[in-house]
Amino acid sequence: MSKTDLTRRGVMKTGAVAGAGLAVPTIFTARSASAFVNEPTGGSVTLGFNVPQTGPYADEGADELRAYELAVEHLNGGGDGGMLSTFSSKTLDGTGILGKKVEYVTGDTQTKSDAARASAKSMIEKDGAIMITGGSSSGVAVAVQALCQEAGIIFMAGLTHSNDTTGKDRKANGFRHFFNSYMSGAALAPVLANAYGTDRKAYHLTADYNWGYTTEEAITSATEAMGWETVETVKTPLAATDFSAYITPVLQSDADVLVLNHYGGNMVNSLTNAVQFGLRDRIVNGKQFEIVVPLYSRLMARGAGENVKGIFGSTNWHWSLQDEGSKAFTRSFGTKYGFPPSQAAHTCYVQTLLYADAVQRAGSFNPCAVVEALEGFEFDGLGNGPTLYRAEDHQCFKDVLVVRGKENPTSEFDLLEIVEITPVAQVTYPHDHPQFAGGALGSCNPGV
Amino acid sequence: MDALLLQVLNGLDKGSAYALIALGLTLIFGTLGVVNFAHGALFMLGAFCAVTMQRILTLSYEVVDETRTDFLGNPLKVDVPYVQSWFGDSVGGGIIDWAVPISLLMAVPVMIFVGFAMERGLIKHFYKRPHADQILVTFGLAIVLQEIIKYFYGANPIPTPAPDAFAGSFDFGAMLGMQAGSIIYPYWRLVYFFFALAIIGGVFAFLQFTTFGMVVRAGMADRETVGLLGIDIDRRFTIMFAIAAVVAGLAGVMYAPINSPNYHMGMDFLVLSFVVVVVGGMGSLPGAVAAGFVLGILESFASMAEVVAFLPGINQIIIYLVAIIILLTRPRGLMGRKGVMED
Repeated sequence: MSKTDLTRRGVMKTGAVAGAGLAVPTIFTARSASAFVNEPTGGSVTLGFNVPQTGPYADEGADELRAYELAVEHLNGGGDGGMLSTFSSKTLDGTGILGKKVEYVTGDTQTKSDAARASAKSMIEKDGAIMITGGSSSGVAVAVQALCQEAGIIFMAGLTHSNDTTGKDRKANGFRHFFNSYMSGAALAPVLANAYGTDRKAYHLTADYNWGYTTEEAITSATEAMGWETVETVKTPLAATDFSAYITPVLQSDADVLVLNHYGGNMVNSLTNAVQFGLRDRIVNGKQFEIVVPLYSRLMARGAGENVKGIFGSTNWHWSLQDEGSKAFTRSFGTKYGFPPSQAAHTCYVQTLLYADAVQRAGSFNPCAVVEALEGFEFDGLGNGPTLYRAEDHQCFKDVLVVRGKENPTSEFDLLEIVEITPVAQVTYPHDHPQFAGGALGSCNPGV
Repeated sequence: MDALLLQVLNGLDKGSAYALIALGLTLIFGTLGVVNFAHGALFMLGAFCAVTMQRILTLSYEVVDETRTDFLGNPLKVDVPYVQSWFGDSVGGGIIDWAVPISLLMAVPVMIFVGFAMERGLIKHFYKRPHADQILVTFGLAIVLQEIIKYFYGANPIPTPAPDAFAGSFDFGAMLGMQAGSIIYPYWRLVYFFFALAIIGGVFAFLQFTTFGMVVRAGMADRETVGLLGIDIDRRFTIMFAIAAVVAGLAGVMYAPINSPNYHMGMDFLVLSFVVVVVGGMGSLPGAVAAGFVLGILESFASMAEVVAFLPGINQIIIYLVAIIILLTRPRGLMGRKGVMED
């Protein structure tokens, strides 16, 4: 008969020590597995492309999606590599990101904040997306950026032009490559003063939402600094389709310039209505009446047709740029899809590359490591000249294009001509500029 | 004074569109008793008849221009419309220029077909169902039609200009002895207004002076009695549905140059047109037309900067505000008849 020393106290002690011993590696494993949310563990990594696939900006969303697919193809070593060869950072070699094959899922923002948040949430929680990017509206960008901040996911904004995205609504996990309202004003005002003189009276029609307000503020302050007078600013409902009731008071005022702070369908309709009412044929105060559209997009220019001819505006990028990066991207996109890319496509493609490069340089998908890699990052070769991702507000600073509706377009894609490439110094502002006040980045959130 | 006159003029073209859509809605409601939420989509389909005609007339073949290059550096392919190469630059160009008026010819048969198909294929199954069911099914149909158009034409507005002959504006200021250029109004909007008057006049004349119209009016007043007289009133009402579809379609065709058509344009008009119908009086054709113009003009006035500065947001709620006031004071609307929608 063997003797055993088992006591109740002894069993509990041994069990506790053994349990703790067995648990130690598990705790370490668990901690390392959840160092950040959606850490890719297999041979692939999933990106979430959140673009408008239905609704009024569906065509712009489709162009963004084309660019994302092209970027994924290039990151995985397919196609001609596009801007990988012109990008100043040489970490991307066509083997995916950190050796993991890039895969993607898509969501439909419908250009509605709640739908965009729902689709982003689904891509993060169900599909395990490590980064969310895309969008064609500032309202959506701000909403999804806030969601990504809470979820601990990097958000690389698509087309969003409101100052607030990197102003009062800026977030540590969010980054914007696209330019903003302030930059449009700073780039446009000198060109307008040069073309139309400094003694002008401007009448503003402004879309009644966040982007409209920041654009109106940026354009009025920039043009007033040039000597222009703002005679009236009128808010127009976002749902308005016929702007004749807003155009006719312009005839009654002594304004000689109409600024249309409108985007998308609003811009197409208001510009069409303004031209129908003969504004461009008028002589007021002894001067030719002029119309200005602060933010141009090719898709809008197509909608407005002949009416855009000769009208000034600004864009983030244009396919006719002759730098090596722009040429490489246009060739790559044009060969694959048969037509040149839009500025929305460009910014989305670039954002994907910038994210991939930041991960590569950081050596980790951890959002905080990515934030660190992107903050203060200077690069070139992506189509806008030397560019800085400023650390203080996560806004890209680069040259801005002033464009004009082309008089003799050769195709439905050749509607705008570049009038001036405004140097980055002219559109740079301090990060605590009043137009961007009231926000704070906070700290990066890895999600756990 | 001239500012007020301008807003009246502005209200007329919008009122014309409201009146034409509301007229069709009332025709359908008055005859078939159906609340047709797909009526805005019929307006949109009309506008896309203009877009389609423009595309047909500009069907092109490619000619390579060796002297110019495209964005990829290849020789530029220039599109030359067949119409232009067949009839020469001036005649061919003129035909393309008149695409919108020409598309009226296409819109009539297309809209008759769509109207018949809608009524026979779907809506007739809902005659005896509650209005809520009718609204749901027609609203669903509107969404389906929208998505079909978006699939084929994209989500962006498509410019559909008026003929060059109607480009520019009419100077009412100079005509009335005021300062030249103080009251101007685009020619095409004037055309639209008179076109709307002609269509409205035509529909009223048709109902008033033809035997068919007399039977329809009798059917609207007392469907059962007309049926008992051995008249196939259902068939006539189906025809009225098609006519209402044509009215909405033609309104859409002529509206295309005013605002570039997009797949959503029907919805933009639909809700307001329903308010117009209710304000005018359910089932009352003159009420629908009068309310269309009145609300169109009121909406224009409410959009004036002076008014908005005094009452912010009034431009977005004026129509609904007027509807509430009229329904409180005249529950049957401006010209509504007793017994309609009251069972």
